[in-house]
Parts: sequence; structure tokens; C-alpha cells
Amino acid sequence: MTPVRRKRLIIVVVIVAGVAIAAALGLQAFRKNLLYYFTPVQVAAGDAHVGQRFRMGGLVAMGSVQRSPGSMTVHFTLTDMQKSVPVVYTGILPDLFREGQGIVVYGTLDKQGLFVAQQVLAKHDAKYMPPEVAAAIKKAKAAQQAQIAAKAAS
Amino acid sequence: MFIWFHKLASPPYFYKFAGILAPWLAWLSLLVIAAGLYGGLWLAPPDYQQGDGFRIIYVHVPSAWMSMFIYMVMAVAAAIGLIWRMKLAHAVSAAAAPLGASFTFIALVTGSLWGKPMWGTYWVWDARLTSELILLFLYVGYMALNHAFEDRRTGDRASAILALVGIVNIPIIHYSVKWWNTLHQGATVFFGPRAEMPPSMYIPLFIMIIGFMVYFAAFILKRLQVEVLQRERNTAWVRALVAKS
Repeated sequence: MTPVRRKRLIIVVVIVAGVAIAAALGLQAFRKNLLYYFTPVQVAAGDAHVGQRFRMGGLVAMGSVQRSPGSMTVHFTLTDMQKSVPVVYTGILPDLFREGQGIVVYGTLDKQGLFVAQQVLAKHDAKYMPPEVAAAIKKAKAAQQAQIAAKAAS
Repeated sequence: MFIWFHKLASPPYFYKFAGILAPWLAWLSLLVIAAGLYGGLWLAPPDYQQGDGFRIIYVHVPSAWMSMFIYMVMAVAAAIGLIWRMKLAHAVSAAAAPLGASFTFIALVTGSLWGKPMWGTYWVWDARLTSELILLFLYVGYMALNHAFEDRRTGDRASAILALVGIVNIPIIHYSVKWWNTLHQGATVFFGPRAEMPPSMYIPLFIMIIGFMVYFAAFILKRLQVEVLQRERNTAWVRALVAKS
């Protein structure tokens, strides 16, 4: 490699490395602002700005979804398996919303600790399966649980 | 082999070589994409929670993959052009940018259309979506800068530096779903005991990615022919070529 080319190579490497370091430092500084949502644990720890609108992400707790008949209001509990927050929402829910699904809610936390959501977004879990397989897994799980229950009873 | 490589970098030889290879690759890509679409839209089973809606993955994921891959091609070619002052390298960057921008646009639009029913929104400003949008702006910025100068070589060098600087965005896009809480899901695991997608679904996906890669190869060669002709328009060989036709 000629000296001129080596010099140009070094300049290119220095530019890329410099920008990479600058980007890394910048992103580090904005770490918290880049979070799209807070988890219930972070909310309990006081990381989120309570009183202002913010986003909270977690799983819809199993068996917690209650629909009020005659209206579009839904009550459910959002959990990250350590802390839970009750949520109320009025409106159309996305297709992926169901119990056990990861979702993101946007709204405010009131004084009683109830999260009043203005928007509910569902998060996809990046899992794909044919419906027959999903049904078979569900059946197998139910059979397993029945077996455990039978063992416990005897 | 090395001599052949050197010969390939000479514009008249490359022009001929690209002219022969491009149509074959174009037909091959059509075939592979048709096979991938058939596998993805007919043979693959519907998803247990998204139904048939998941099938947009067969366009979305290959486009998103190409948007990042083409940027790497563009940036590496820009670096070669800057360091070795190779004429063809800058032409590669210039030819790749519109293709990359198109794939980025397709990835953003298909993702948005999927997001409305599944997530409940067309757009959110999470780290993945925002960094992919920045990628689109980088491509557009590259194209604008490349054509902003009277002298083509100045434009080539200025835009090459932009392409190099922008490469830091590629790992940010890729790891954004790991580094931050995003609404966009993380990468799906395809293989091993914790696989999250069955072969009947991922084989068409991989075929589509290969098809898009071949499509890119065919059309960058075609675009490069045009670039080479434009850049070499005052040379004897182009004049001879025009006189012949």
C-alpha cells in the first residue's frame, strides 16, 4: 500500500471510529429518554413521571380482563411478574390484545394507583406458529396440568 | 484471478460484463421471488395469533434486511473510493443509494400497514422505527449531496464521507430492539430448541431474502451501466459504443 493510500485509510478509520464513539456517548446520555415505555417495577421505583402522561409496558395478567357490558370500557392488570398495576381503558383494542400478551399503555396514573389509559398498543412476541400446533400445545399443557392435579389429589 | 479483477474495474470491460450478467440475474430473481411468494402466501400455514396478517413478513423482513445490507455495500464502496480513488467504487455507491432507499421505504410502509391492526397504531417513535427512518434520510441525503456539486468527483467524495458517517446507524438499527424497550418485537429465533418459527414459515422467508439479494445484484449492475456511461461520456470507448448503435 502506498503511503498516500495508507494515510487515507487511516483518515477513514478515524472518522468512522470517532463518529461511533460520539454516537455511543450520545445514546448513553439519552438512555432514559430513548426508552419507549417504563415497566411496572420502574413505575413503583418512581422512575416514571407520575402525574404526567407516560407509557407503561408489561403483560396482561391472566384472568384479569373484565369487560363492562354495554360499553367499550375494559379493566385489566398490567404486570411484569414482580409488580402489577390496574389499568382502565375505553376504546378499541388491537388484534393482538389478550391475556398473557405484552402490551404498552399510554396515559396517567391517578392517586389511587389506577392507570387511566388513553391508548393501548399490543407488542408482538416474535413467536409464530400454525394454529393447529398452538391448539396441540394448549391441549398438551391442559393434560399435563390435569395429571399434576390428579397426582396431588391422590 | 487478480488480473481478471483488475480488468473488471476498468469501465469499458465492466460495462460489457454487467450487460451480459444483469438479464440472467433479473430472470433468476423473478423466479426465486415467485417461488418465495408461493411458499409464503400459499404453502405456509396461517399464524396462531395473527392469522393471515403475518404474511406481510415475506416482504417486510427481506426489505428491512436489504435496506441495511445495501447501506453496508454503499459505505464499503465509498471507503474504497476514498482510499484507492477507484472510479467504479464511487459509481457503486451512487448506483446503490436509490435501491437502498426504495427497500427502506418498502420496509417502513409494510411495517406501518401491519402495525395498525396488530399494534393498534401506524407509527410510534420507538428506537427501531426511528433509526430505520433515519436510514431513509441518510440514503436521501447521500443522493442529494452526490448531485449537489458541479464537479462529479467533489460530489462523490463529499457523499462518500456521509455514507461512512452514517454506517454507525446500522448496528443501532439492528440492536435497537435489544438495547432499549421498543414496541417493535425482537429478532425471531429460527433454529435450535428455542425456535420461535417452524420451517414451513421460515423457508419461504429465506427464499424471499435470497430473491431480493439476486434482484439487487441484477439491478445494481443495470444501474451501474448507466452510471458508467454518464461518468465516461467523454471517453473514446463510449463514443465508439454510441457510434456503433
